[in-house]
Order: sequence, then structure tokens, then C-alpha cells
Amino acid sequence: MSPAPVLQQVYSEHRARMLAALIRVLGDFELAEDALQDACALALRKWGDIGPDDPVAWLLTAARNSAIDRLRRAQVSRDKLAQLAGQPGMVTTMTESGEDSLLSIGDERLSLIFTCCHPALAQDARVALTLQAVAGLTAGQIARMFLVSEPALAQRLVRAKRKIRDAGISLEVPADHLLPERLSGVLVVVYLIFTQGYTAAHEQAEDHALSQEAIRLGKLVATLMPGEPEALGLVALLLLHDSRAAARHSPAGDVILLADQDRSRWDRAEIAEAIGVLDRALRLGKPGTYQLQAAIAALHAQAPTAGQTDWPRIAALYAELLAVAPSPVVALNHAVAVAEATGPDEGLTLIDRIDGLDRYHLLHAARADLLRRLGRTAAAAGAYRRAHELAVNPADRRFLARRLHDLDVQESR
Amino acid sequence: MQYMLLIYNCERPEPDDPGFAEALARVNAFADECRRRGTFVAGHPLQPERTATTVSVRDGRALITDGPFVETYEHLGGVYVLDCRNLDEVLELATLCPFAEQGTIEVRPVVGGPGLDHAPSNEAATSA
Repeated sequence: MSPAPVLQQVYSEHRARMLAALIRVLGDFELAEDALQDACALALRKWGDIGPDDPVAWLLTAARNSAIDRLRRAQVSRDKLAQLAGQPGMVTTMTESGEDSLLSIGDERLSLIFTCCHPALAQDARVALTLQAVAGLTAGQIARMFLVSEPALAQRLVRAKRKIRDAGISLEVPADHLLPERLSGVLVVVYLIFTQGYTAAHEQAEDHALSQEAIRLGKLVATLMPGEPEALGLVALLLLHDSRAAARHSPAGDVILLADQDRSRWDRAEIAEAIGVLDRALRLGKPGTYQLQAAIAALHAQAPTAGQTDWPRIAALYAELLAVAPSPVVALNHAVAVAEATGPDEGLTLIDRIDGLDRYHLLHAARADLLRRLGRTAAAAGAYRRAHELAVNPADRRFLARRLHDLDVQESR
Repeated sequence: MQYMLLIYNCERPEPDDPGFAEALARVNAFADECRRRGTFVAGHPLQPERTATTVSVRDGRALITDGPFVETYEHLGGVYVLDCRNLDEVLELATLCPFAEQGTIEVRPVVGGPGLDHAPSNEAATSA
């Protein structure tokens, strides 16, 4: 029998931890990746069908030795060698030193996540690097998910890894005073990965895998930083969005609005999990934007029918969100919730006060809907037409054309 | 690791400007903070581009030209060299630099290479 299945299992389970530990000790992404590959190749030759007692330790030692060989061969890095030699437990073998720094450093995945999401890297590089280094996707997989060519994506990854090395981007979890801002940068990357998979979910099978990857990453961050309620809040939010994935599109690929979705197709187990996670976050007593968004999504998820939605509480949560993170899009959502909770008039007044969304089709669609409910059919038709003009997505355009058509039919009666 | 901070698009205050004393105090306070953290290597304000002279040697002939190498809208006003633990530390210092509020600071790592000898000369070291 070959050792391949054992190695495969160890590798897929521990890859990110091993890579993170090697990057931390070697200070070089590419060198760490190459060394880990060397170690796997060696394992295929040396292991029997059950592998060594501690396969992770074996692989890390082999990778470290290979990195030292590579540095020696390259001869460019005398300083690096001296630095490695000076580090206790690095160049001595594990049996000699008893305790190896590589193995005693515990879980370095959190440091790796912060390094991959460093603000000195371009946003698209942060996303690609996190998916490759932390989630373990290949450059080819990431390229297909983001609709870019594989060489372009590989180039993006190499450039980012070299910048990390050459610009001295920290390989540690940031200092306490930098942590809040840097954590929010990490959460943005996780959210971006999710939305990339979510907004395109009806087009490619791989997109759903991307959303799942984002949820896994979010859970990893939340597990490694258990005192951070916003990480939990983001996980809850992503789970709630994802719970509706099966009900969001018609078989033809058209968008189905929340109110019109078949709620029996929502994933109840996922909703329950999300609410559990959100409760844990809220108990930490530090509210934030992800927790607020998750709380709103949870109220939608818990309504048995669209008509039974708790709009007054949703409107209040949007008001709170607007206070901590003001943006025209949040203001629009607030206005829509107020319209549902209080009446279309109040909602319309709020919408007309929003600045900066004149080219956003959903603002005009929301206005149109409220005008229609107020019986102002001509104004409603004008707003639907404007929304239709601005919408880019074909499914959105079909939806708006249908609404406009229904209105014309109603008017001509 | 050494980093160079390139200060772009700042007006250097002149001694008769009304805010001169305050501006000078802030720049000195920034240098003090860098020294306090043990990171200060050098700080060099530069004369404006109109004082620049450009040199190139082609086929053994030196070509001396008046003016900066590239005429751009961006104006390099000076540089600092700081020795920091990592990029986070130098970026934090760059945000404390008073010039960051007015212009833009580009942070670049200073590179060493195998065999490159850029040690200061003995005379320079002893006269300093």
C-alpha cells in the first residue's frame, strides 16, 4: 500500500497550521510553501502505509530541513541562515533539542490570516491570498471563481507574497491598539469572499463552494478570537444569508424577493445555528455593525410569513445601524422598514431625503413600490422606468419590466 | 529593517510664515518620538526641484542637465530613514508625521544585498 491516503488526510487537515508555522519561522511565504511541498514529496517516499507517530511533527521537521537546504543552495541569504541558526531549536534536530520552536508555537493560523489581510496589500490580493494560504484553494480554483485568468491570479499571489517578505509586513497578530481596525479588515475580506459566491450563486456550482469557504473562514476567525463579538456577528449574518440560498432564484434564474420566497425552502438548521451564534455575540455586550445586520436578518428568518415580519423592530435596528455606520444604502433599508412598520408615506419622506443614490436602481424600485401603494400610478411608473434604466443585472431588469407591465395593466383597467 | 519615508506634496514653512514656530515644533516632536522608539536613522529635507541638477553618463560622457529627472506634478520635499521592527511600526510612525496631514508619504523598504557595502566611511564616522 502507498502512504498517499495517510499523507492526503494529514495534509488536508493540517495544511494551514503547518504553513502558518513555517511562514512564521522562515519569514518567507514562498520558501515556506516550497519547503512544505518538499516535505510531502519526501513523505511519499519514506512513509509506510500508516505514517509516523506524529506526522505533523515529521512534516514540519522535513520542511524546515528542506528550507535550510534551499537557503544554502541559493547562497543569497547568509544573514537568514545565521538568523535561523541563532533561533533555539531551529537548526538542531527535534530529538536533540527536545522541544522544537516550530512545534511549540501552537496555532499560527490567526497570524497568517492577519498577514494575508494586511492593509498594505491590495484588496483583491488579500482575498486571493486568504483563499489560497488559509483556505487551501488552488490558484486555478480561485481564478475560476473570480473570472480572471489563472496566470493573472498566480501573478497577483506571487506579487503579494514578495511584498510581504520585502516590505517587512508583520507575520504576527497586530498589537492591541491596531487590533480593532485590523480585525475589521479581516472581516471585510471574509464578507467579500462570501458575496462573490452569493451574488453569483445561480450561475456556477463553484460559487456556492465559495460562500461555504467564507463561512468556514469566518468560523475560524471567531474560534481563534472568541472574545470578538463582531466575528461571531459576521458568521451569524453569513449563515442567515446562506440559509435562503435555495429560495433566492426561480428555476429561470430570476431574483425572488424576500417577501415572495418559498419559506419552506429556507434551511431551518442553518437559521437555528445562526441564531445561536448571534446570541453568543450579543452576550459579549459590544454591539457592532455585523451583529446589527445579523439581528435584522434573524428577524426576517424567524417570521413565519412575510406578513408576520416584525417591521417595527427591524426599523429600530436599522435606525441603530444608521447611527453607528451611516450610509445611503442603510438609510434606504431603514426607509423601507419604516414604510412597512408605519406606512408608505413615512417611508417615501425618508427616501426623498437620501442623498447620493440617484444612480442606484433599488432606490427607484423602492420609491416606485411605495408610490404604487399610495395609488400614485403615473409617478410609480416613472420611478420603475428609471430603475429599469439603471439596473444592469438581466434578472433585475426582467423583474422591473414585469412590475412596470403590471402597473400599465392596472392603469388601463 | 530600514524604511525610507518619501514626503510628497508638502509646502515647507518659511521662517517668516506665521505658523513657522508651531510647524517646526511639530516636526521636531515627530523626530523626538522616532528617537524615543529607537527608530530614527536620518531626516533630510530637500531644496525644491528648481535647484535640481541631473547627471547621466553615456559612452563615457557625462551629461549634466538643469532640472529634475521627471517633470511631474508630484513634488518630493524630503526623506526620513527609520529603522523599524516591521511595516506596522513604520506605518504607525508615518501616520504621526505632521507632513502626512498635508501631503502624502510613500513608505519604501531600504534594500540590502549580498556583497553590497554601503557602510559609512571612517572619516565620516569619526567626524560625526
